[in-house]
Amino acid sequence: MSYKAKFRVWRGEGGEGKLEDFTVEVNEGEVVLDIIHRLQATQTPDLAVRWNCKAGKCGSCSMEINGKPRLGCMTRMSTFSEDETITVTPMRTFPVIKDLVTDVSFNYQKAREIPSFTPPADVQPGEYRMQQIDVERSQEFRKCIECFMCNNVCHVIRDHEENKPNFAGPRFLMRIAELDMHPYDVADRKDSAQEEHGLGYCNITKCCTEVCPEHIKITDNALIPMKERVVDRKYDPLVWLGNKIFKRSTSKS
Amino acid sequence: MEIERHEYDVVVIGAGGAGLRAAIEARQQGKRTAIVCKSLFGKAHTVMAEGGAAAAMGNVNSADNWMVHFRDTMRGGKFLNNWRMAELHAKEAPDRVWELEAWGALFDRTKDGKISQRNFGGHEYPRLAHVGDRTGLELIRTLQQRVVALQQEDERLHGDPEAYIKVFQECTITRLLKDGDAIAGAFGYWRENGKLIVFDTPAVVLATGGIGKSYVVTSNSWEYTGDGHALALLAGAKLINMEFIQFHPTGMVWPPSVRGILVTESVRGDGGVLRNSEGKRFMFDYIPDVFKDKYATTEEEGDRWYTDQANNRRPPELLPRDEVARAINSEVKAGRGSPQGGVFLDVSSRLPAAEIIKRLPSMHHQFKELADVDITAEPMQVGPTCHYIMGGVEVDADTGAADVPGLFAAGEVSGGMHGSNRLGGNSLSDLLVFGRRAGAGAAAYVNGLAARPQATEEAVSAAKAEALAPLERTGENPYQVHQELQRTMNELVGIIRNAQEVTEALEAVGKLRERAQGVGAAGSRIYNPGWHLCLDLRNMLLVSECVAKAALIREESRGGHTRDDFPGMSADWRRKLLVCAASPDGSGVSVEEKVQPPMRDDLITLFDRAELKKYITEEELADFDALVKE
Repeated sequence: MSYKAKFRVWRGEGGEGKLEDFTVEVNEGEVVLDIIHRLQATQTPDLAVRWNCKAGKCGSCSMEINGKPRLGCMTRMSTFSEDETITVTPMRTFPVIKDLVTDVSFNYQKAREIPSFTPPADVQPGEYRMQQIDVERSQEFRKCIECFMCNNVCHVIRDHEENKPNFAGPRFLMRIAELDMHPYDVADRKDSAQEEHGLGYCNITKCCTEVCPEHIKITDNALIPMKERVVDRKYDPLVWLGNKIFKRSTSKS
Repeated sequence: MEIERHEYDVVVIGAGGAGLRAAIEARQQGKRTAIVCKSLFGKAHTVMAEGGAAAAMGNVNSADNWMVHFRDTMRGGKFLNNWRMAELHAKEAPDRVWELEAWGALFDRTKDGKISQRNFGGHEYPRLAHVGDRTGLELIRTLQQRVVALQQEDERLHGDPEAYIKVFQECTITRLLKDGDAIAGAFGYWRENGKLIVFDTPAVVLATGGIGKSYVVTSNSWEYTGDGHALALLAGAKLINMEFIQFHPTGMVWPPSVRGILVTESVRGDGGVLRNSEGKRFMFDYIPDVFKDKYATTEEEGDRWYTDQANNRRPPELLPRDEVARAINSEVKAGRGSPQGGVFLDVSSRLPAAEIIKRLPSMHHQFKELADVDITAEPMQVGPTCHYIMGGVEVDADTGAADVPGLFAAGEVSGGMHGSNRLGGNSLSDLLVFGRRAGAGAAAYVNGLAARPQATEEAVSAAKAEALAPLERTGENPYQVHQELQRTMNELVGIIRNAQEVTEALEAVGKLRERAQGVGAAGSRIYNPGWHLCLDLRNMLLVSECVAKAALIREESRGGHTRDDFPGMSADWRRKLLVCAASPDGSGVSVEEKVQPPMRDDLITLFDRAELKKYITEEELADFDALVKE
């Protein structure tokens, strides 16, 4: 059942690198990450790759396989023909540290810019009461394994370094939606989503949804509803009137 | 080359549930805290936990309380547990779960809006707070987001988000540094660039998880190389219960690349049944005497239990994990296994497809994507996989303190809580309860110090030489040595053991240790996995030696230690703990027997005499009788 596959793997560090060719054994039932590991064990012990759970649950082994963002552990070799050359490169949106490992600190920076869950001050632990149907919307977004492939694929930042400071990316815009839809969250997130985290940059091409290994409907269930909430706020005549009369900006409350 | 140096009050090694909870506690008590972890922040092995966190909240069955949970935990561990830990765990788990909710966790709900709880092996009532079958992810994300919330608070108060809590990710600690007897720091390297780093700190909390990467078939990720176990040993601390390793009964067996990956116990909790190649529900043949009155003896009764728990006993598929793993092992050995060497786990004939997808979404996804199996239409093939080590650093139950001043441990790396076998769901709650306690213990220890210990320069240079040695050798490929170690442990110190095989294993491990002295790493110091493995080998070999030595000495079968040359459980052995120690250079592991302290009066009287009789000696039983009479 085993055969020799042709792999082209991006190798390099310090801003330089190139695709290197390998011929490597493949056995039945294996995934791309297995083949990368076989290369480490038999040909290139210093080939760098991030991985952890090998079961699609931790989101560490994000890479681009034949140009498509994929988890290495969830890409079965049986989806390729035996004579196909498989090209494996690091995620393009983040700086390469070495080989397939990228510097994903952008994502941790953005995570810290989103204000945390803000419950009402008077609810004690143990007193929370929520219906299943009310938690399910946010639960979908909490399935996120932070593989960062949605941020990697998003054209707003994929080839536009200049947009990075003003754009949280689908992952963290979805985090805002998750908190906004949390039954107990009392923070006002609508204006800041638009003004500080760059929701307006998103033009719903759904690339993020397509690459999500958890099949979260990022665009339809998080980003579009969030855009609607922002619009409702902006064009709500009562809010507009209230703001005029009381000279109050909700984004700063 | 200059070594990067940082000063902290508390350094937590490991960023899984226990490490994060410990760090949050230390920071909340005003300590400057570092979290050091081998992977990216939020990727730790805790994400793999599926079923839930056991906490006797009584949301689904109001008869549940801490005493019932305590009894279940002790039974599951075959009464070898550190009873004080089991008590604290059962009492505090509900508060720890509720606290997560206040930090943003969204558990599945009951009809009246409370946290829903599910059934699990060995738990008398539905007890596991859960989110579908991805509870570990929810737990780690919530704790990660709590750390971020604290950083946001520090930014507001001090202008620096990392003023009081900072994550050093993709950084590996290779040595703990001491000043005399006390902890003074930790030495390590950045995985990303190979640069060296020293933390000057009076308190270290070990939260490094387990040792599964010493076995071929394991549910554990690459991080589980026994780092904390080895660091503790090398710093002079003791390990207990190292012979007890939990083989989870249901790991995937096919395809080969995913062999060992976990299939959650929730499949059985929600109605899934185990069948052999003859289609028989074989677990009915494997109910041990100690559990005879607690489990259904017919399929009809077992099936009724799912809807009427008051009038029926639970099906034997929900026996503690050690029992189920051994049963599967026996069926396969008897030639009644599935085509790929496991048994069948079937939920497809038990629940409607939509219900399976709703309750077990990640199992559905995992089998679909990795094995091309639709679990709503056909059975899974499963077999035992190395999952969890009950043994670990011997700690004080209340504070998590090891017997080296300044050293603390929590979670899987600590020992005692689970006795000889851990119940499913007790791990996530263990992380929270004892993570918090270890963080608080470390903070209190630092408060009580008159002066900060200082690491010696000699210790730092020795650690540096040790860390860089593999790069300076052109020796054997470390992957070879690692694979041989995994095979040795899997085959000779696995689920069923005997004196001859364990002795062989010890010889093999000894030879591998010699070879490990000579392994070398090609390439640079930048993100070099070959080099990292050379360093991890020391830890895996040391821990494997502890496991094998303790397994050879304990001449009985109990929980996660089964000797086919000593198949019975012995009341005398129940009173004995095996304690491992090593010299600072890691040569020569010694194992000593220690007496298990007797259970406190108010705890032992929570059990019936008839049940205790199955576990304790005549002498202990006489003490119990005297106690009850008073």
